Amino acid sequence: MSDMSDTATTRGRPSRILFVLPVLLFGVLAAVIAYFMLTGRDPRLLPSTLIDKPAPEFSLPPIAGWQGRKPGLATADLKGKVTVVNFFASWCVPCLAEHPQVMALSKIKGIQVVGINHKDRPAAAKEWLTRHGNPYARIGADAGRAAIEWGVYGMPETFILDKTGRIRFKHVGVIRPETLKHKLLPIIRDLQK
Amino acid sequence: MRALAALLMLVMVAAFVPAALAVEPNEVLKDPALEKRARNISKRLRCLVCQNQSIDDSNAGLARDLRVLVRERLTAGDSDKQVVGFVVARYGDFVLLRPPVNAATFVLWFGPLLILLLAGAGVFVFLRRRRPESAGAAARPLDAAEEKRLDALLADDGPGS
Amino acid sequence: MIAEIGHFALILAALLAVVQGTVPLVGAARGNDPLMALAKPAAQAQFLLIAVAFGALTYAYVVSDFSIANVAQNSHSAKPLLYKITGVWANHEGSMLLWVLILALFGAALASFGRNLPPTLHARALGVQGLIGVAFLAFLLFSSNPFERLTPVPLDGSGLNPLLQDPGLAFHPPFLYLGYVGFSMAFSFAIAALLEGRVDPAWARWVRPWTLAAWSCLTVGIALGSWWAYYELGWGGWWFWDPVENASFMPWIAGAALLHSSIVVEKRDTLKSWTVLLAIIVFSLSLVGTFLVRSGVLTSVHAFATDPQRGLFILAILVVTIGGSLTLYAWRAPQLRATGSFRPVSREGALVLNNLLLTVATATVFIGTLYPLVLDAVGGGKISVGAPYFNATFIPIMTPLVMAMAIGPMLAWKRGDLWAALGRLKLALGAALAVVALTLWLDSARDILAAMGMALATWLFVGTALELAGRIKLGRAPLMDSLRRAAGLPRAAYGMTVAHMGFAIVIAGITASSAWQTESIQFMKPGETTNVAGYDFRFLGVKDGRGPNYTSQFGSFAVTRGGRPVATLVAEKRFYPVQRRQTTEAAIHTTWLSDLYAVIGDANKSGGWSVRLYHNPLVPWIWIGALVMFAGGLTSLSDRRHRVGAPRRARPVALAGSAPAKA
Repeated sequence: MSDMSDTATTRGRPSRILFVLPVLLFGVLAAVIAYFMLTGRDPRLLPSTLIDKPAPEFSLPPIAGWQGRKPGLATADLKGKVTVVNFFASWCVPCLAEHPQVMALSKIKGIQVVGINHKDRPAAAKEWLTRHGNPYARIGADAGRAAIEWGVYGMPETFILDKTGRIRFKHVGVIRPETLKHKLLPIIRDLQK
Repeated sequence: MRALAALLMLVMVAAFVPAALAVEPNEVLKDPALEKRARNISKRLRCLVCQNQSIDDSNAGLARDLRVLVRERLTAGDSDKQVVGFVVARYGDFVLLRPPVNAATFVLWFGPLLILLLAGAGVFVFLRRRRPESAGAAARPLDAAEEKRLDALLADDGPGS
Repeated sequence: MIAEIGHFALILAALLAVVQGTVPLVGAARGNDPLMALAKPAAQAQFLLIAVAFGALTYAYVVSDFSIANVAQNSHSAKPLLYKITGVWANHEGSMLLWVLILALFGAALASFGRNLPPTLHARALGVQGLIGVAFLAFLLFSSNPFERLTPVPLDGSGLNPLLQDPGLAFHPPFLYLGYVGFSMAFSFAIAALLEGRVDPAWARWVRPWTLAAWSCLTVGIALGSWWAYYELGWGGWWFWDPVENASFMPWIAGAALLHSSIVVEKRDTLKSWTVLLAIIVFSLSLVGTFLVRSGVLTSVHAFATDPQRGLFILAILVVTIGGSLTLYAWRAPQLRATGSFRPVSREGALVLNNLLLTVATATVFIGTLYPLVLDAVGGGKISVGAPYFNATFIPIMTPLVMAMAIGPMLAWKRGDLWAALGRLKLALGAALAVVALTLWLDSARDILAAMGMALATWLFVGTALELAGRIKLGRAPLMDSLRRAAGLPRAAYGMTVAHMGFAIVIAGITASSAWQTESIQFMKPGETTNVAGYDFRFLGVKDGRGPNYTSQFGSFAVTRGGRPVATLVAEKRFYPVQRRQTTEAAIHTTWLSDLYAVIGDANKSGGWSVRLYHNPLVPWIWIGALVMFAGGLTSLSDRRHRVGAPRRARPVALAGSAPAKA
């Protein structure tokens, strides 16, 4: 039966290329996905749109009822020195994990470390800082809007600004000791020059 | 790194209580036209801590803050484009549920059409090859007995398959 | 002890799968009957062993054996028994065990019911099933062992996500996997055919029942998931184009294409290499879906806890399985010869169009789902592809398909008359236009797209009915004659009619619920009344309550329409202390034409409660339509052709005065 219409089927059969196409396309796709996975890219981490831009305009009050503190945090405070801006909160468990690293940052000469206390209860924040140590030269209490201005979407997040108040680097998530040593410190040193 | 990324996710997810309400009554604007615009814009903005929901659908803290922000800016007189632009300036294109049409998304937006055209062309070529007329040398004509048998068979053929 | 038995059974199953995956293939290549005959007992034994393993894990959950890590992480002694059992598959390891169980189930079914198949094809198909089993059993044993022990044994488990303690969601995975994994049969048959080097029309007849069963189950699985989202998530949404939803949707669309193209192979002996490719693609999409859910490369509400090691393992399985099968295809498919020919305007042509559009639709969803990943990988930044994209691309592709769905069955095989077919559809066109007019007249917003959606649904429904009427010559022959014809129609014909009508019902449901939902968000104090789409909702107040592992607050509404009582809705808000999670249980009353939907939120300071009330028109039709499609699939499945099996070769009939075949 197949003989009779051979002439129909063999005339101008689809070229072999078409049959190879599916496996080629799959190969390319698999390679891209494998590359993506092997380079450890985290699909949840968002790059910052604010890199190399001046810090957002904002003015935050200090933590309510906190005595002996300088009045809050505003954009003007971020100029003049290399500044590390750290978003933190007492309810944020990873913030506690990175706290030693933030304390270490606060001991570096010539830079300032400031904190933005995000959606926290004043009493809880005060207790947290008293118990674990306060690395921040200044603190601003944020009810939520400041986080949006800075493009923050999770906690904790840390920004490094240069002397002119431009954002030069953003780190999302916990600052681990390795991150501190190999990423943040070199950048800070670079910006101090 | 991955364990801590997971921890970070934990914090984000803890903030996300998935199945409660989204837009709260006290967010609703008094002006229905403005509120409608706010809802439409909210439906287009992605909730960044929720994994694939719009800020209209989610009741995460960040989603709520963004909804309030959208309404504030609309009340202040911003156009829809300006409001969306405000959010995109801070969070990037990722926050748009409808991806922008630019060089990077060219394949995304035009891919389906291209595939349709290419596949359509392929089908067209295939169908031409399958036409009965093109079936090689014409079969020899049927003789009378075969014609009669053919007619009998055709008359028997019911409708459909 | 039980867990160790389960673990051991799994190891044995893996070894058996290795045997099943190699020996019969060798036997088929050499024509060695005893080797091929090994496939059947191997497949059946493998199923039994995996069933033992699954039973062992289920037992551990039921008795709350927290010395097993999987049980400790995903269960809790306070959970109701039903959810302890369904919790077996609500986590990564347990669901993978369910995956291989269903894979083995299909293998055993093929082993037991494949008597009519040529022995080599049978052996090869079972061999390929075995190979797939090897891959996933290895994955289970080496990287996702459900039977790992935990020391020290915790006093209680870490509970389960409260969202998953729900009947709808509990049964969503089994149906989904019956579908997903069921497509492995079509895949195995395709590979077997490529190894044989031939695709007979009979091959399509054998593949169809398996594909039908899988596709029907997948329909229910997807519908269950959507239905769950609808009543659980609190604002009446039911489809979000989430990557994991898309991962189950793509095999469904491609599976529908496969069902239709295999008809052409069976009846007309053409479209063979395309159908084989499609069978490979459908299961590949299932595998890709499995990968996406468990690898962490895409952000999704559905994703299991992510572990890149596992992701790479699954990717490796994908590369070998899909890459290998597509390579085999590239090598062997050119040898497949087709014989049927047909004109473009014919039933075959319509089915080709069906395949074209469904394939493009699948590709569209595929591109949209994977694009963020690919773009990020090549350094193009991070973007999101959400519902707006899919609505803008998917709907325009499906629209011509739905239009053609009413016309296609009216065309004859080989050579069809388009104008005649359209002529027979005059009534459908009239009905569609009437619906457009009616919709625009009733709709104050004059939504033209919604009107067109309703028109399409009407066109398809009436057109399908007209096709059936035409077949039984309703109106053109005496009624008894028509009834007699109707009784004699093959079940597959009814299957098509029912399934297409089900699809029309779904389209109507989707259109109406998207376009005409009424939403009302406000604070209400007890005693106050709100009117939503003609229904009066009177808030009766909030009461406290508690369940086995949660506390709750119940908000009640008395709903009346024009003064007459309709229903009492009790919405619930639950708090699960172990997980520190809150969920809402919406109160839904269905009138079968629409849903009344109420959700209760938090109280404000002045004694009011945050309340959301909805009127969702035609939403029930989405679930009903899906069930109707399922019924259609089952009807086709029960056609006696599938039970009778392949016909034996008839004796050649001598034609009077025939000359020897032309040389």
